[in-house]
Amino acid sequence: MTTVSESAVEAQVEDLEDKTPFWQKAKTMARKQPVGVAGLAVVILMIFAAIFAPWLTPYHPEYNDFANMLTPPGADYILGTDQFGRDIFTRILYGARTALFVGFAAATVGAVFGLVLGVASAYFGGMFDLIFQRIMDVFMAFPLIILALAVVATLGTGTQNVIIAITIPFIPQCARVVRSNALAIREIPYVDAARALGFGHMRIIMRHMAPNVMAPFLILFTAFVGQAILLEASLSYLGMGVQEPTPAWGLMLQGGAEEYAESAPWVAIWPGVAISLAVFGFNLFGDSVRDTLDPRLRSR
Amino acid sequence: MLKQTGRLALAAAVGLGLAAGAGAAKAQTPKSGGILNFVVGSKIPSFDGHQETTFGMIHPIRPFYSLLIRVNPANPSDPTDFECDLCEGDVPEATDGGTKYTFKIRKGVKFHDGTPLTSADIKATMDKIVFPPEGVPSARKAFFRAVESITTPDDHTVVFKLKFPTAAFIPALATPFNFVYSKKDLDEHGMEWHKANVNGTGPFKFVQHQPGAFVEGVKYQDYHLEGRPYLDGFKAIAAPKMAVRLQAIRGDRAAIEFRGFPPKARDDLVKALGDKITVQESDWNCVLLATPNQQRKPFDDARVRQALTLGIDRWGGSKYLSQIAIVKTVGGVIFPNHPLAATKEELVKLKGYGEDIEASRAEAKKLLADAGHSGLKVDFSNRGVDQPYKVVGTWLVDQWRKIGVDTQQRVQPSGPFYDTLRKKKDFDVSIDFNCQSVINPIADMTKFLGSAGNNYAGFEDPELEAIYAKIEKENDPKALRNLVRDYETRSLSDEASGIVTLWWYKINPHRSYVKGWKIAPSHYLAQHLDQVWLDK
Repeated sequence: MTTVSESAVEAQVEDLEDKTPFWQKAKTMARKQPVGVAGLAVVILMIFAAIFAPWLTPYHPEYNDFANMLTPPGADYILGTDQFGRDIFTRILYGARTALFVGFAAATVGAVFGLVLGVASAYFGGMFDLIFQRIMDVFMAFPLIILALAVVATLGTGTQNVIIAITIPFIPQCARVVRSNALAIREIPYVDAARALGFGHMRIIMRHMAPNVMAPFLILFTAFVGQAILLEASLSYLGMGVQEPTPAWGLMLQGGAEEYAESAPWVAIWPGVAISLAVFGFNLFGDSVRDTLDPRLRSR
Repeated sequence: MLKQTGRLALAAAVGLGLAAGAGAAKAQTPKSGGILNFVVGSKIPSFDGHQETTFGMIHPIRPFYSLLIRVNPANPSDPTDFECDLCEGDVPEATDGGTKYTFKIRKGVKFHDGTPLTSADIKATMDKIVFPPEGVPSARKAFFRAVESITTPDDHTVVFKLKFPTAAFIPALATPFNFVYSKKDLDEHGMEWHKANVNGTGPFKFVQHQPGAFVEGVKYQDYHLEGRPYLDGFKAIAAPKMAVRLQAIRGDRAAIEFRGFPPKARDDLVKALGDKITVQESDWNCVLLATPNQQRKPFDDARVRQALTLGIDRWGGSKYLSQIAIVKTVGGVIFPNHPLAATKEELVKLKGYGEDIEASRAEAKKLLADAGHSGLKVDFSNRGVDQPYKVVGTWLVDQWRKIGVDTQQRVQPSGPFYDTLRKKKDFDVSIDFNCQSVINPIADMTKFLGSAGNNYAGFEDPELEAIYAKIEKENDPKALRNLVRDYETRSLSDEASGIVTLWWYKINPHRSYVKGWKIAPSHYLAQHLDQVWLDK
């Protein structure tokens, strides 16, 4: 019987690892996926704005300043002020925090739950899979925004409830996609081997199957972040999301779109631009991740 | 009738006499014909005026009904100018030491189904409002606490006997929700029939209601005021979104919206349409309140409530908020233009009304520190309606921040908001309002009593109740005014059980061809439309 030491295996794996410097990889990636890199740049810019907002603007996002209400874009207020005299640029920077927090929280929780449930459904199969998938069908029968609205109407408004409302429709979406990939993995001999070794269901699901469906998971996750940002903005626009005076893009749009569309259009335009850019950025980035990770698309 | 005919005759004579300005005078002579399209920003919960409280019902349904007396539509801003609608002659004076009112009912008036009107119909209607049978809702029953009995000595006389003389009776009677119903309908179909059916004596007959779309009315040919209505009919178009209502007027799909627009909307319409738009503005008998929940700590502590009222810069708010919201006037518990209302000199003596806001805020911080609640956190419930609720709510959050109060605003749609305010009561402070129709200060100010059915602060204040009991029976104007000041000081300042923010301000931009409609201090008043005509 031949035995191989653990350190020897690690050394072999190390040899196989790509030694190309990071900047070189980034350059290659930029050449291959220029659109994705543009999306990533928007995402990074957004994260930068959210983190460094207090240092990027002298104004407070919530304080009223009626002496400067509805000031057009200019030197003092580069994107103008709203009806309460609040600097729109400042509120957009701080609004990125709300968007990213809700976006990442909802996408992470929704995708992780979907991953676990989808893999478990594929692994157990039989009656469990049948019942679970029918439950998923019920959730997926509702359009995303309708389901989110129903959840907010039941739980009430506020950031926490908005995250829950957005998370719930994500779970079946992720579970369905992950399950279809996990069904193929279930049939691979190493899963049988793991069973034969007496590993528990949880270990097989979490350590042997879930890591192998990471590609669709990551693709879905990036798409979910963009969708969550859009949903949060939609709910806030409808008055069912986060509440004033919290800076949030949908809320800013709602406050200005109706009354000031003609006399102070900047109140509605800039939050609209911010929402579009963020969703666009995440979608472009998500598409590139898909193109990179999906083996069927990799050769194109 | 005589009064109206006389006015018309006088107007005609003046028009004829001014030969030099014949063109202008002619332009003001009412023209008959045309359909008035107007937009309504709220739903119709039911057609029954006796139980409803919303303009969503009044605007489309009021034109089908008459009242016993009404606010003079030619002078609706005057809180003392009432005229007979279904009664004859002038509004009667009280007799028997102010405890008896005798109304003579018009002869020859018919309901839309042809049933003749008699005093029995007035009595049946007023009995339903004043003495409703158990289980029958009557939103304004409390307005008539002084009424002892209603009798009908003959077919065309109604007598109201009061328990005590009160100046609140006549304004209460003129409330535009007091639709006169046919006794026959009440007897044959029951008290619920008018929720979904219409049969009145008003200037227009009901044609149809397409829920969520429109209500249509057509001129009633046998209307009791001669020559009225001028319009052939009307269409009340449901449009909950303000942008839709605004664009409907801009595109001339509707001529008017009777509730009111915010200042920016007015400016946009005027800018776009110039003299094709006429703007009428008025103080509004509506006040926005912030109600602290005294069932929750620390809002049972008067110092905390006083701090909250001291933190609000009402004079500054009036100046700036009036540019973006339908609020403007600083006032106390009484409609600002009324003789009983506090003057500015009287107001500035109340906590939170001082002109030196920095001094007020310093006092507020001290009170909070004394009460052991510096850095107070407030769960603030608000209604999901932009004008003026959310605008004023966002302003209040900023005002209270300046005294170190951390306010979390919880905005809910109207249904859940009312549920929170009236049933769950799970709020620290809530937006609330006191919107009335006819200016009737003695009735309107009951809102501030802990015992009032529409007060949600959850407190008992026997001293305030005692002052109000004196107000109700006081007939000497000077003594009455002094008592009202005591009431106001107790409620708004000493106890701060009610926190008045700003009084509403009504702005009605409408197509200039709409004539005869005069803005009133309430969006409920003068909506029978028999005075409206189209100059097309």
